[in-house]
Amino acid sequence: MSMNELREGFFQECEDLLEALSDGMAVIDAGNADSDTLNAIFRAVHSIKGGAAAFGLEALVEFSHAFENVLDAARADRLTLQGEALALCFRAADRLADLVADARADQPSDSAASATLIAGLDRLLGAPSDAPPAAPAPPADEAVAPAFTPLSAPVSFDLPAKKGGAPAAAPDAAGGMSHYCIRFAPSRETYATGNEPALLFRALAAMGDLSVKADLSRVPPLLEMAWDEGYIIWNLTLHTRAGEDRLREVFDFVEGACNLDIRRLDAATLAGPQPGPAGAPGGTAADAAAAPAPATPSPAPDTVATDEPAARPGQGAPARATIRVDLERVDRLINLVGELVINQAMLSQSIDEANLPSGNGVDSAMGQLRQLSSELQERVMAIRAQPVKPLFQRMSRIVREAGHASAKLARLVTSGEATEVDKTVIERLADPLTHMIRNAIDHGLESPEARKQAGKPPEGIIRLSAGHRSGRVVIELSDDGAGINRARVHETAVARGLIAPEKDLSDEEIDNLLFMPGFSTSPEVSALSGRGVGMDVVKSEIQRLGGRVTLASMPGRGTTVTISLPLTLAVLEGMVVEVAGETLVVPTTALRETLKAAAADVQRIGAHGWFIAIRGGFVPIVDLGAELGFQPGPEGFVGRVLLLIESGSGRRAALAVDRVLDQREVVIKGLENNYGHVPGIAAATILGNGRIALIIDPDEISAAPAPGPGAAAPRPALATAAGA
Amino acid sequence: MKLRVLAVDDSRTMRGMLDAALRDAGFEVRLAEDGIEGLERLNEEMPDIIITDINMPRMDGFGFIEAVRAERRYRGLPILVLTTESAPELKARARNAGATGWIVKPFDEGKLAVAIERVATV
Repeated sequence: MSMNELREGFFQECEDLLEALSDGMAVIDAGNADSDTLNAIFRAVHSIKGGAAAFGLEALVEFSHAFENVLDAARADRLTLQGEALALCFRAADRLADLVADARADQPSDSAASATLIAGLDRLLGAPSDAPPAAPAPPADEAVAPAFTPLSAPVSFDLPAKKGGAPAAAPDAAGGMSHYCIRFAPSRETYATGNEPALLFRALAAMGDLSVKADLSRVPPLLEMAWDEGYIIWNLTLHTRAGEDRLREVFDFVEGACNLDIRRLDAATLAGPQPGPAGAPGGTAADAAAAPAPATPSPAPDTVATDEPAARPGQGAPARATIRVDLERVDRLINLVGELVINQAMLSQSIDEANLPSGNGVDSAMGQLRQLSSELQERVMAIRAQPVKPLFQRMSRIVREAGHASAKLARLVTSGEATEVDKTVIERLADPLTHMIRNAIDHGLESPEARKQAGKPPEGIIRLSAGHRSGRVVIELSDDGAGINRARVHETAVARGLIAPEKDLSDEEIDNLLFMPGFSTSPEVSALSGRGVGMDVVKSEIQRLGGRVTLASMPGRGTTVTISLPLTLAVLEGMVVEVAGETLVVPTTALRETLKAAAADVQRIGAHGWFIAIRGGFVPIVDLGAELGFQPGPEGFVGRVLLLIESGSGRRAALAVDRVLDQREVVIKGLENNYGHVPGIAAATILGNGRIALIIDPDEISAAPAPGPGAAAPRPALATAAGA
Repeated sequence: MKLRVLAVDDSRTMRGMLDAALRDAGFEVRLAEDGIEGLERLNEEMPDIIITDINMPRMDGFGFIEAVRAERRYRGLPILVLTTESAPELKARARNAGATGWIVKPFDEGKLAVAIERVATV
């Protein structure tokens, strides 16, 4: 595995870890902070830190270290995560996600934001803020990590040879040779932990000239010997350029689990060293300091031991058994299954046409094949489906930030997070949802004071739910704010020339004015919702996903926006129609109604513009056959079938077709890659009879300039756009 | 003959890093995701040395080491603990659980090899 793959793998893992963190924080926020949860979020941050350190992502290491310390205190019951501490942890979790994203994109991070939060986290632990952050332990260790360079020192102890170029001591910075006398008495514990003195000697021998003597004076007669006790005392002398810290490094694993005494000898005492704790030879001050009696762990800075687990086995959620697959493979599979379904339909049709005698066995086999292939298709589509949970989790951050920015108290309550939706749909839902939530907080929720006056709790609730309803995914976003101010909406719409002043609109119609292009009720530009990007953009984005969006509001009680989406982007529900002998598909998401034109309703305006009067408004008629070049110019709409469609931007058009054949789901086959973009056509599909049918793009076809020079013509259509 | 290392870590990234670094350093590598899986792999693979993380779900590093040491035949098996801290109390804790030594993260190939060669031999 290359470093790049490892790095990419790390960031993918970070996604999971951040999700686990977010999950745990939500549980704690709900007041259910148990030790499993605390351990799980600690582990998540700890793992991010570990990986970040491995890739040298210092900003991430430093931040996760500070965060981890707080979580460690929380799981050790030294700190309770509530109130301000909890709020800070939420912000820290958000910041952590940012840092991960920045690191992934190789962008510099906002170090000031991190520093402020780190200071806040440190304060939670009661650490004086001027104390040097206990942060990156690495540097110290890094310095110790020996960089061996070969040295031709004679090795006097017969030890298993180390493989690879003989690593030996690098000349110590202090320079010059030193003589060390080491008394090493392994204990029972030295052996019980799996340490092997010979290997330590090998490491010492690699540093210089080593001689080893075994002191057997403590070894008892065999019958009195305890099998696991250490009786031999090793007296070593080492002639080396390495410093004493390097020697101690070798004994790092056994220090404290043995009797160890290391002394540096000056030339004078070299002659007859009698190493032993008692007869310590007089040395310099440096020697004295360097020879602490039987090594006990030296007092060290009071660092928090973060690797200490508070709970034992069985903690945390069971790991999900998953594999990661390249998305392209899945898409290829989906495509193939789509072909299979089409093929099965073609076969089925041929069999029907063959008029086989009844009881031929083919029919029942065919029925099973049909069932199998449709289930196969469903299952394969499900591979692309992912729970909306990560998306919802991102929204809780939006709520926090938007609440903060608008000085309103808001809280996100989610449900149905396990609902699965196509991956692409989820990705493309993020922006519209973000926008809607900001809107709900900025325009929907009242200020805490206003809420109190209205007898509501000061904290507003934003509810986000997902669920399956009749073969579609329905996402609902509601707030418990003041509801839509219909008088003001109406007023604004009139002022902007979006509707005729005298027009009488139902409440629902007024609510849906919000989706009209260029509509924005907020008189001043808010930093939060901005201006220009309105609900119309939200609507067209949702429609581009094959979805529908509707809005309902109760004055004083709040507003609910409902988004209904297809389960997958690979299949589309469409009306199969015939025009000039060609078969076309019109997506039903855009379809409002079908009608037959009565002579009185069809009017010609200008040279080429035909309109139909529907409930007081005029809608341009688009002759699909002429528009797509199947037949000459439009004529005689009376008696033909008209499909009334509404595009994502709210523009309406009546598509004139010859016949409606069927309404069914079709597998979408892209044209653009192989053929290029065709105006008015979104994609194609293959029908059961093997023929190709083009899928109409409602947005483009309704934007077609049907009414030639009649500049005034589009006006009436626009004026009734909300009247559906 | 190559030393066979069983590396136990719940982090996918860390397993990948260990795998790459250990292979480069000339070791044979076996991987496990947590203590429970570590114990399963132990009997199948008969490693010469174990490297384990501490913070893991299901069974953490301390529980894992204790379970390994509880088996007579693994009493002398070298076990190194992966840790981000070099705090003495942590080392004491690891040793009490039966760990042979520790490797402070972040590690590189050289650091791993030095630690391994200090406790294990073919």
